[in-house]
Amino acid sequence: MHLDSLYQEIILDHYRSPHHAGLAEPYDVEVHHVNPSCGDEVTLRVELDGDTVTGVTHESVGCSISQAATSVMTDLVIGKPVAEGMATYEKFLELMQGRGNVEPDEEVLEDGVAFAGVAQFPARVKCALLGWSAWRDATAQALAAKEGVSNG
Amino acid sequence: MTTTRTTLSSPLDLQSVRADFPILSRELAGGFPLVYLDSANSSQKPRQVVQALEDHYLKHNANVARAMHQLGAEATAAYEGGRDKVAAFIGAPRRDEVVFTKNASEALNLAAHTLGASLKPGDVVVISEMEHHSNIVPWQLACERTGATLKWFGVTDEGRLDLSNIDKLITENTKVVSLTWVSNALGTINPITDIATKAHAVGATVVVDASQAVPQLPVDVSTLGADLVAFTGHKVVGPTGIGVLWGRYELLAELPPFLGGGEMIEVVRMTGSTYAAPPARFEAGTPPIAQAVGLGAAVDYLAGIGMDKIAAHEQAITAYALEGLKTVPGLTILGPSEAVDRGGAVSFELEGVHPHDVATVLDTRGIAVRAGHHCARPVHERFGVQSSTRASFYLYTTPEEIEALVDGLGFVRSFFKVA
Repeated sequence: MHLDSLYQEIILDHYRSPHHAGLAEPYDVEVHHVNPSCGDEVTLRVELDGDTVTGVTHESVGCSISQAATSVMTDLVIGKPVAEGMATYEKFLELMQGRGNVEPDEEVLEDGVAFAGVAQFPARVKCALLGWSAWRDATAQALAAKEGVSNG
Repeated sequence: MTTTRTTLSSPLDLQSVRADFPILSRELAGGFPLVYLDSANSSQKPRQVVQALEDHYLKHNANVARAMHQLGAEATAAYEGGRDKVAAFIGAPRRDEVVFTKNASEALNLAAHTLGASLKPGDVVVISEMEHHSNIVPWQLACERTGATLKWFGVTDEGRLDLSNIDKLITENTKVVSLTWVSNALGTINPITDIATKAHAVGATVVVDASQAVPQLPVDVSTLGADLVAFTGHKVVGPTGIGVLWGRYELLAELPPFLGGGEMIEVVRMTGSTYAAPPARFEAGTPPIAQAVGLGAAVDYLAGIGMDKIAAHEQAITAYALEGLKTVPGLTILGPSEAVDRGGAVSFELEGVHPHDVATVLDTRGIAVRAGHHCARPVHERFGVQSSTRASFYLYTTPEEIEALVDGLGFVRSFFKVA
């Protein structure tokens, strides 16, 4: 229950100046996700070029953890193949569900390692995952739409 | 600690009250004593309630009504004894006007479902913008099912019901008016009796969500003016898993069943069934038996202390808290800022810090508050905020706990560098 382990300076920096904030054109899919229990909301847009994530922008209201996690997520997935982004999510999820017993891989998670402390605050884990769930949903929809076009 | 302004003038002996609630002397992580300021969410339980539950389960447990043995008779007497105690506590003219449900949400759904059965297109249901979701969604569903129209009272900037258009809302088309007595988000106490008089003049049925009122105000349903009143056990120092719908007997007797099953029937034939009289008509299946016993012990406990004294304490501690919170820079109170016609839940915003972050930082100091929209999203939208932090008080809340909150908020500001 150490506040400094939860609110690392990196998290507060992302919270104060979130990356890729503000919805941009063009985009393939827009989704809106909420945490119904607390009211945090994120609107997120994804643009793909083939299997590569070319753009992710968002507009969110919520706590420092959810805003910062969304910001860090955009850095981790933009410019990468979708599969790599999904694999990064799995690593992040493992960290979040690890109750503080998972050693984060900085090579993969970059600024995401700062969220290691969140795992010790079970009530806040869902905050850290909101942006990720929006990105995964939007990306899956975008892929499905492209598939539909190429098949059709 | 901050030096305080006024001293608290409470009719309660807080030390002796707190001795009944062992959880209040818990120490949390970091050696911080628990400061429980989340009673509007769920109250703590006195030893007397837990002992009643234990005694029932360990000595008298059996199913009710249908069990033909001695324990069955004891369990039935204990369950029905809970009904008697609740009836007396809320001033119900008849014991069979007290229907046990799972919680207040189920009680309100019961009301919306059974009253909804006679709604039709052109009919109007009136609620307000300050309702808990459990007094919004069941009516939205009822209106969707029947084609009736949902309308609502707005909220003024001070957090009061906006009654300026009451004559437009309550007309001959209005069949149901369902309002909260005490707002769980704003703390506002609404003038139920006055509104009920207007509603009855046009023949509408009045439903009251008393989830936050029954815990903190002396309640007399026989003079309130409502036709149906819902509340929950766990907010009145009782157990979870039990709620209450009180209804005027003549109204209950007219309403169709809600859930079907055991105990709610008269005669079941494969071609159709007839239904039991209230309250059994609305209590399908094995009811919350031990919970009714626990709720009986809870209302006995509150009545023993005196609801007038509990209400006076609530008023005093709320005034004390409002005064303390106003000393925190950047803090804005949502809802009435003076302790007049106001219950003991205070929601606020702290500039520059999100409510979840406020709650987490307070939590690391042992202070339990609620953060979010408190199941009242529309009223937050009304005030242009996404969520808030809420501190709520009860008969065991001390001025020292308010000081801890105020100090804690100072720490929150310095931690997030907004100080």
